[in-house]
Amino acid sequence: MAEVDRSRRTFLKTSGTTAAAGVISAYLPAHATAAESTPESEATRPAIEGAVPITLRINGKDHKLNIDPRTTLLDCIRETVVLTGTKKGCDHGQCGACTVHVNGKRVLSCLNLALMHDGNEITTIEGLGTPEAMHPMQKAFVDCDGYQCGYCTSGQIMSAVALLKEPCGPDDAAVKELMSGNICRCGAYANIVQAIQQVRNSTSDRA
Amino acid sequence: MHTFEFIRPPDSAAAIAAAAKSKTAQQGADIRFMGGGTTLIDLMKLNVETPDRVLDINRLPLDKIEVMPDGGLKIGATARNSDLAYHAKVQSDYSVLSQAILQGASAQIRNMATVAGNLLQRTRCVYFRDTAMACNKREPGTGCPAITGHNRTLAIFGASEHCIATNPSDMCIALAALEATVHIQGPKGTRAVAFGDFHVLPGNTPQRETVLEPGDLITHVTLPPPIAGSKQHYLKLRDRASYEFALASAAIVLTIAGGKITRARVALGGVGTKPWRSPEAEAALTGKSVNEATFRQAAEAALQGAKPQSENRFKIELAKRCITHALRTAAAA
Repeated sequence: MAEVDRSRRTFLKTSGTTAAAGVISAYLPAHATAAESTPESEATRPAIEGAVPITLRINGKDHKLNIDPRTTLLDCIRETVVLTGTKKGCDHGQCGACTVHVNGKRVLSCLNLALMHDGNEITTIEGLGTPEAMHPMQKAFVDCDGYQCGYCTSGQIMSAVALLKEPCGPDDAAVKELMSGNICRCGAYANIVQAIQQVRNSTSDRA
Repeated sequence: MHTFEFIRPPDSAAAIAAAAKSKTAQQGADIRFMGGGTTLIDLMKLNVETPDRVLDINRLPLDKIEVMPDGGLKIGATARNSDLAYHAKVQSDYSVLSQAILQGASAQIRNMATVAGNLLQRTRCVYFRDTAMACNKREPGTGCPAITGHNRTLAIFGASEHCIATNPSDMCIALAALEATVHIQGPKGTRAVAFGDFHVLPGNTPQRETVLEPGDLITHVTLPPPIAGSKQHYLKLRDRASYEFALASAAIVLTIAGGKITRARVALGGVGTKPWRSPEAEAALTGKSVNEATFRQAAEAALQGAKPQSENRFKIELAKRCITHALRTAAAA
């Protein structure tokens, strides 16, 4: 059997020919299929009234965009740039699922406007590692089973990677306190803490 | 979210000139400065705040934290909460401020939220946040359903018959105990406001939360020089251990000499319509011996004037225990 593409989005798209097609496609951005493989040019995108031009640097790549001023950084990343690894949970700064890095620091992309970020270096889960070359924190989450449904995972991992560079005491309690902004409704907390401690310990061993 | 014009003023003067056209002062106004966005964008999504213009002040040079010639600290308006909490001088000389900030929100929000934004943080009262409900703060004259409704988390100090909403800040409680000064630049020039005078009581005008006038830009906050040997502590009590607003909190700054308290500053969070300094507790502590009886008397004095709502009588005893425990911890520090 050929190598299976495990991407949930690819699965949803390829099952578009099945009976569920109508339902599923309604929840995908209209341009998702085209944009993920070959980013759409500005000329082909429908004009948005009051849109403002901006260049956003995401995962080391510049994106020239035209966006409504109301667009949050989260919606811009997911719907305009179509990097869907960053998740929308509560959309009100209460769950941490949308955590990304701006200039190396973890922030909530749902409580920022995309227009505030021209010139900033934005990193999403897609910029951290790939399935073939995972970031040590991604590998630790796999090793420690630090998830169940996976919806909060990209936010957890982005938060955890930023935590490595923050003042954080050595014990589990300190990690839990600094990870309290990331909610996991499956309750994988114990394994998440274990994954983070595994990376911290291996990093300090090398130092 | 309502549509708005996004403007990035090139300097403070341009920001002030643009904001001076606003009909009211900053909070709830048609022209709003945007710092970290952690309160404002949340409320814009709920249509609680509907500005026509948003002025992005994040690129103005207002983010420095500097030690002043007199030994005090100058904190820029757009300094991030995390940068302030982890600043070496704050951790060594104003530890109550560092503790308060680190017990507020989450690491991500502290990386975003600014100092000036925290001064203008809006209440978490559920009626204020829901445009389907009446609220005198959001829509003056519509009434306050919290008074007869869900008010467990709301204020026992400073309320009026028009509003009982709690100020949610932790940082502000520490700034009250440290006797900070808020520095404002406006269309008529600059002025300095003592921290205790910056927020105003709801009274008949709960929509007005501070002394800010249209166009006023908070440029920085200053702290007086540290008091050598002062003992400080921030204790926050809440429904869960982290990432939750206070039901009651206490910021304590004590000076002790020869077993007696020579100077005391006490401020309370989670209980007041504004950051609640307690001169009653301070008077009960000053000149007294350091012991449990003194701490308990201070707590009793602090809560003397408290007026509970229908669902939060528990806050009176909770706040007393919070003060007593915080004083004990500070004195032992």
